[in-house]
Amino acid sequence: MQDSLKSSSYQQLEQKSKYTNMFLRWFLYFILIVFASYFIFPLYVMVVTSLKTMEEIRQGTLLSWPSGLNLESWAVAWGGRGYGAGDTFLKPYFWNSIKMVVPAVFFSTFIGAMTGYVLTKWRFKGDQWVFLFLLFGCFIPFQAILLPMARTLGVLGISNSVVGLVLVHTVYGIPFTTLFFRNYYVSVPTELVKAARIDGAGFFKIFFKILLPISAPIIVVTVIWQFTQIWNDFLFGSTFSFGEAAPIQVALNNMVLSSTSVKEYNVDMASAIIAGIPTLIVYVLAGKYFIRGLTSGAVKG
Amino acid sequence: MKTLKIEELSKNFGSTEVLRKINLEIDEGNFLVLLGPSGCGKSTLLNIIAGLETINEGNVFIDDYNVSKVEPKDRNIAMVFQSYALYPSMNVRENMIFGLKQAKTSKDKIEEQLEKVSKFLQVDQLLERKPSQLSGGQRQRVAIGRALVREPRIFLFDEPLSNLDAKLRVEMRREIKKLHQQLKTTVVYVTHDQTEAMSLGTRIAIMNHGVIQQNDTPENIYNKPSNTFVADFIGSPSMNLIKGTLKETSGEISFTASGSNVEIPVKGYEFKDKSNLNNKEVYFGIRPEHVYFKKSNESDFEINLRADLSEYIGHEQIMTFDYANQELLAKFPSIIKIELAKETKLFFDLTQTSLFDAQTEERI
Repeated sequence: MQDSLKSSSYQQLEQKSKYTNMFLRWFLYFILIVFASYFIFPLYVMVVTSLKTMEEIRQGTLLSWPSGLNLESWAVAWGGRGYGAGDTFLKPYFWNSIKMVVPAVFFSTFIGAMTGYVLTKWRFKGDQWVFLFLLFGCFIPFQAILLPMARTLGVLGISNSVVGLVLVHTVYGIPFTTLFFRNYYVSVPTELVKAARIDGAGFFKIFFKILLPISAPIIVVTVIWQFTQIWNDFLFGSTFSFGEAAPIQVALNNMVLSSTSVKEYNVDMASAIIAGIPTLIVYVLAGKYFIRGLTSGAVKG
Repeated sequence: MKTLKIEELSKNFGSTEVLRKINLEIDEGNFLVLLGPSGCGKSTLLNIIAGLETINEGNVFIDDYNVSKVEPKDRNIAMVFQSYALYPSMNVRENMIFGLKQAKTSKDKIEEQLEKVSKFLQVDQLLERKPSQLSGGQRQRVAIGRALVREPRIFLFDEPLSNLDAKLRVEMRREIKKLHQQLKTTVVYVTHDQTEAMSLGTRIAIMNHGVIQQNDTPENIYNKPSNTFVADFIGSPSMNLIKGTLKETSGEISFTASGSNVEIPVKGYEFKDKSNLNNKEVYFGIRPEHVYFKKSNESDFEINLRADLSEYIGHEQIMTFDYANQELLAKFPSIIKIELAKETKLFFDLTQTSLFDAQTEERI
């Protein structure tokens, strides 16, 4: 009697917890779907619109499906219409951005790795102050340094050039890259450096032969971070360059905002996507290392 | 010629004094263990010998040559680290020959050395593996191998066994001992583990607060500790230090614990200085293993003490007795049954005692 009562009440409890779990699960899915669509929606609109003709855009709604794969607006966004003056298209600026982003990412990452290495493995008196001041660089709003930087570029004779932008981005990337590499190298046993010193390796040899080969995760993190920052930068690009030397984000802005005739939404959308594709590629290719690099720490061995 | 000589060495980090006027000498082929609690400066001393730390005062000589300002790689030393410090990106072969390659050794010589050492340490099957694919013991072996291929004058070991589990530690300890017996190289070995120190060292230097407390053979460290720190540090459980006074009556010296009236004759004790012993405040030191349950020597001193606590640890038991309100620990085989809260007849082995000045805490 007692036992059967007990077991039936347990069955009830079991049933109840099953329903609760089911409800919570569906609620979770619901929330996830809502947020996922919230984020995917603008992208959907962009892609769909870029594939429509102007006719379709005027007649249909924002969400309506395009009639076919109409890639003309992409071609226009990339290569222009072919008539002379006043035709802005992305191709030259895209290469400008590539020419800016590759060396800037390389130098800022390399210098950050070096400073991180020195700050952790070749400690010197006052090194924590150096690190602190470097960290300030992370917190200074970029607007604050526009004028002094413009002057500096002018004195160096590299204002309004890709080289100038490379310098600016390298300098302002160093605080971040240093922070990344320092935090990574802190977890690498200093005994490695000691062992290498006894083995007769010097400052650079230790860096290139011992530390750099185990830095892949943090290099990926830094490269993604720097690439995204520099590629997406508009402030420095628009301030320190104009006309031919402008990077793609500035060109995109000029294209979208300065068109005198009818607004070509399909071309605008295609341009925006083109401007965003490289960062997307970097994330897709290296994204899984990004997470791993951010969370990985100690190098055992 | 001393293989290693350290002269009046001092080191400070900022205002913290880490080493104070260290003097140390090692003969060829000796195994010197630097032993001490963490923060005593033993690792710093080793790093200084290696040349990885700078010196504030004093000098380091290797084979009578002052190496104080010589780079680590040129000191003819090799070091094995606690974390093994194998280069993670290189395989075992590259790890072992990295130093030789830096020293621009000829290819043939490198291959010869590598083969010899890897066979000797039984890592010749592992040469193509990365450190991450090795077990703890194998890593340890490779780390030793990396030191061996360089054929150094002095081996420096920085707590090489602390990262291993208890069983492996005992095994590797024996291997290091064998290694030293076969190669007969000079070794300086840092550890905080007294068992390691005792079993490996031909000499032990016990350090505390940057000062060498005693530099002696393991036997003397154990039997004749030069001060209460050494007495307390070595042995498990550590030496009983009973506070009391010495009394001199017609040439016979005896010890009386404070609060007790039992006089323990210490006539067999080798005093450094026999003067001014009467009424001297001292610590009477006796190891738990030298308190017996049965009389074993003629000179053993019989005493009745009350048992307060019993700790059973398998092959033996540690009993705590009350000696005039001071705790006295004794170690017995676990088959002996001793009733708690009762007076028990015990015997002190008077040939194994130490006496320390209560003020200076130095051996008298």
